[in-house]
Amino acid sequence: MTSYEPIHESAEFESFDELYEVSEQEGLDVRTLTPRQLAWHRYRRHKAAMISTVIFGILLIMVVFAPFFARYGVNEPVIPISEGPNQFLEPQSVAWFGTDDIGRDIYSRLLYGIRTSIFIGVATGVIAVLIGATIGSLAGLRGGRLDDRMMRVTDIFLAFPFLVAVIVVREFLGGVAFLEPVIGDKTSIRFIIVLLAVFAWMGVARLVRGQVLSLKEREFIEASRAVGASERRIIVSHLIPNSIGPILVALTLVIIGAIVAESTLSFFGFGPQPGSGSTSLGNLVLLSRSGATQGNWWLVVFPCGALVLLAICINFIGDGLRDAFDPKMDAGR
Amino acid sequence: MLRFIVRRLLWFIPTVLFVTFLVYVAVRIGWDPVKTYVRANPRASDEQIAKYREVNGLYEGFGGYIRGYFEWLWSFVQGPDHWSRSIKGGAEVWPTLRYSLFNTLRLAGTAAVLGIGIGLFLGVVAGKRPGTWIDGLVNTTAFFVGSIPPFVSAVILQLAFAVQLGWLPAAGVYPPGHEGFDPWLMAKHMALPVFVVAIQTIAGYTRYMRASLLDVSSADYLRTARAKGLSERAVLRRHTIRNSLIPIATVVAIDIGALMGGLIITENIFNYPGMGVFFINAANDGDYPKLMPFLVIITVSVLIFNLLADLSYAYLDPRIKLD
Amino acid sequence: MTDSRDSVLSLRDFKVEFSTPNGPVQAVRGVDLDLARGEIVGVVGESGSGKSVTFLGMLGLLPQSATVTGSATVNGTEMVGASTKTMRAIRGREIAMIFQDPLSALNPVHRVGDQIVEMIREHQDVSKKSAANVAVDLLGAVGIPQPKDRTNQYPHEFSGGMRQRVMIAMAIANDPKVLIADEPTTALDVTVQAQILEVIDKLREDMGMAVVMITHDLGVIARVADRVQVMYAGRVVEKTGVEELFADPTHPYTEGLLRSIPLLGHQRLLPIPGSPPNMLRPPSGCAFRPRCPYVIDECGGVLPELEPVRGASSACIRAGELTLGVLT
Repeated sequence: MTSYEPIHESAEFESFDELYEVSEQEGLDVRTLTPRQLAWHRYRRHKAAMISTVIFGILLIMVVFAPFFARYGVNEPVIPISEGPNQFLEPQSVAWFGTDDIGRDIYSRLLYGIRTSIFIGVATGVIAVLIGATIGSLAGLRGGRLDDRMMRVTDIFLAFPFLVAVIVVREFLGGVAFLEPVIGDKTSIRFIIVLLAVFAWMGVARLVRGQVLSLKEREFIEASRAVGASERRIIVSHLIPNSIGPILVALTLVIIGAIVAESTLSFFGFGPQPGSGSTSLGNLVLLSRSGATQGNWWLVVFPCGALVLLAICINFIGDGLRDAFDPKMDAGR
Repeated sequence: MLRFIVRRLLWFIPTVLFVTFLVYVAVRIGWDPVKTYVRANPRASDEQIAKYREVNGLYEGFGGYIRGYFEWLWSFVQGPDHWSRSIKGGAEVWPTLRYSLFNTLRLAGTAAVLGIGIGLFLGVVAGKRPGTWIDGLVNTTAFFVGSIPPFVSAVILQLAFAVQLGWLPAAGVYPPGHEGFDPWLMAKHMALPVFVVAIQTIAGYTRYMRASLLDVSSADYLRTARAKGLSERAVLRRHTIRNSLIPIATVVAIDIGALMGGLIITENIFNYPGMGVFFINAANDGDYPKLMPFLVIITVSVLIFNLLADLSYAYLDPRIKLD
Repeated sequence: MTDSRDSVLSLRDFKVEFSTPNGPVQAVRGVDLDLARGEIVGVVGESGSGKSVTFLGMLGLLPQSATVTGSATVNGTEMVGASTKTMRAIRGREIAMIFQDPLSALNPVHRVGDQIVEMIREHQDVSKKSAANVAVDLLGAVGIPQPKDRTNQYPHEFSGGMRQRVMIAMAIANDPKVLIADEPTTALDVTVQAQILEVIDKLREDMGMAVVMITHDLGVIARVADRVQVMYAGRVVEKTGVEELFADPTHPYTEGLLRSIPLLGHQRLLPIPGSPPNMLRPPSGCAFRPRCPYVIDECGGVLPELEPVRGASSACIRAGELTLGVLT
């Protein structure tokens, strides 16, 4: 009577590495990559995302260390007015991207402006994801009336034309007196972050809810319940970690959405006015309105170009993340 | 199915009332109609201010808001003759609103038909050959175009085609001072704005349709269809596209609902007198008699099309549990 | 052994290779098969053994990344390298296929009757109305009660077993010579499994249809198969009759499968240790070598062919000298 023994006694080998080597040679894969490693490998394969990550990384460094990379201060004229004309100068050696209506260097202002806008984007993103993931997972997990209500409310909100809704909510939030100490005045950066987050959390919530719904039925969730895990524990230790992929993708979309929204609102005069210490990408993009009609092309090209570059990079990164975490891409089996 | 429709319809009216009430509150708090009236008419007498208050039902306090809302609602449903007049020069609201509405519908409608039609077509072109260069080209182009914020493309196109090249007019529906109906002239003026909106729409729907198609493409029932001996074309038509359109229909319905909100960005940049421009002006002035009708019309439109979206989804996908 | 002249379906040295980003994967590495009219051949193997891929490849239902070589003849028509037109004429007409999960295999937004009608009208020149009537008859033939009402229902309105009957009804619509059943009972409850197998068996009898029953469940084999082919890592490792398979297996893998069936009275479950090989780099020689308790050095040499042993065929070079089987 034969009995089945393990094929390779580990005593045959000096180390696990040798075992792995032999097993791999014979087509027996003993090791597998963790989901995180798998995701990273897939991300690396997405060329556009990798290039975008590099570009965005460089940009990020430049704007975080703006005082180092900028050539002039935010409000510093390129040439003091006493020494000559400095308004609306075309791009030249003293001002790489030209100057604006009071002679300030567009290049330097762009660096500071992008910094502010990225800050707005990331802040909005973080807040939206925190709120959205919490509410979304609660709604998905509990179901019932909370879920119903949340879906209804977000359905309607999201169906409204975005700019109209944003402007109405902006005025409303700005008009409620007791909120002002908390969220600041209508033209402050704090305010716009809050405003955009109010809209952004809903998309994240719906996404997380969808994920939770599909995860809910999986056995490991039932098992956690059976063991007596609290709702909070299930959400924090099981649901969220398994939803990292979609959450990250949502985060990138919120970030770029917020940056574009800030620019758009600024374009119409509803954006933040960050005060004399800094500027925002939106403020600079505003220049392109007049720039277009007056023929000062550099006022259009550089701010808008920067915005488009940011948008494309962040979108590609989001795309790469989506590919990295989407198991459907592995359909080869 | 009938029960489902009836239930949804019954919920519709209270929802409309509730949401429009919220809008009312937001407008009252956000814009403080009395203040804006005074700002627009700095030499108004106390009597005039009081009259304005009364005509528009601008009572204070929670109860006052409720009363004000219903008073407003009552005058609204009675028709434009009963609507209060703008704070700027006491002009009637409806004629301008109607003009704006028609302009926007023309612009948005044309752009939507073109955009959705071409977008869905390109989405299928890309989606049925994933991984090929055609797919790559379409998808990447849609991606790039979709990443460009709408106002950027509007400004750049305006700069290029209208200002620099002078091929197309930069603004308005007709040149200033033009009378009468001239379709060719109107088309010329609409060309750039329609193009700007359309390319955004195309980019969006191409990606939606492609994604939906790819989603459906991995479904087992397509393998069954092929195992029956169907040609690829038949499989595409009767199974892949048919099933891919289900989620798209919902999106289309909701998009149409939002159309009325006007294409604020495009209209603004091209000085096209539509709902978007109407709103921005009213918002900047805080013109309460204009804001309320505008917002309520938008709200109702959104809610109606939301309802239609739900119903169409239930109609198209028999799996939906109609409760 | 069936004479290839009588066979409705013949495979010779059938191979399928997938090109993947990691390199070529040889999913099927040379399969021979002869199927005679009216017989049921069971194809047994674990997931990844290539049992489904073989038949999907034969019908041209694999993705573009698959390359099919060898020969596959259906009533004399060669399928390998055939034009799409030829394949489409065979699919659904000479050969029909049913799949594992009837819920995902049926289009959820088309009525069941319409899907059967589609099958009929693809190969027969009949009106929609008469096709619809035939569809009702077919539903009745597979044992669905009130077929006239149910033909207008959607797939999600049927239970799992009923759905599979619908799939079978659809498959037999054009009186095919061969039915390929790819794990038809795996997604079903045990009691329903028996019913479905009965339906298939009865149809086979009534229509003289040959059946390829692909499964990993030896119980299914015991119930319906006449002959069995055991597949491992893309090759057939044993060919034998169904009774002989259980009484006198001739390949260690078959023995492993038999031993892994849980039996009352035994205390431990005895799975085959290890897992199927990565087909990117299959082991040299016999692919079962790393998991086989009877392995000798020669096993790593040449890829073993099927040799006749005691009335069966075995790909184990030691088949003649080993005594295999589940001895209690």
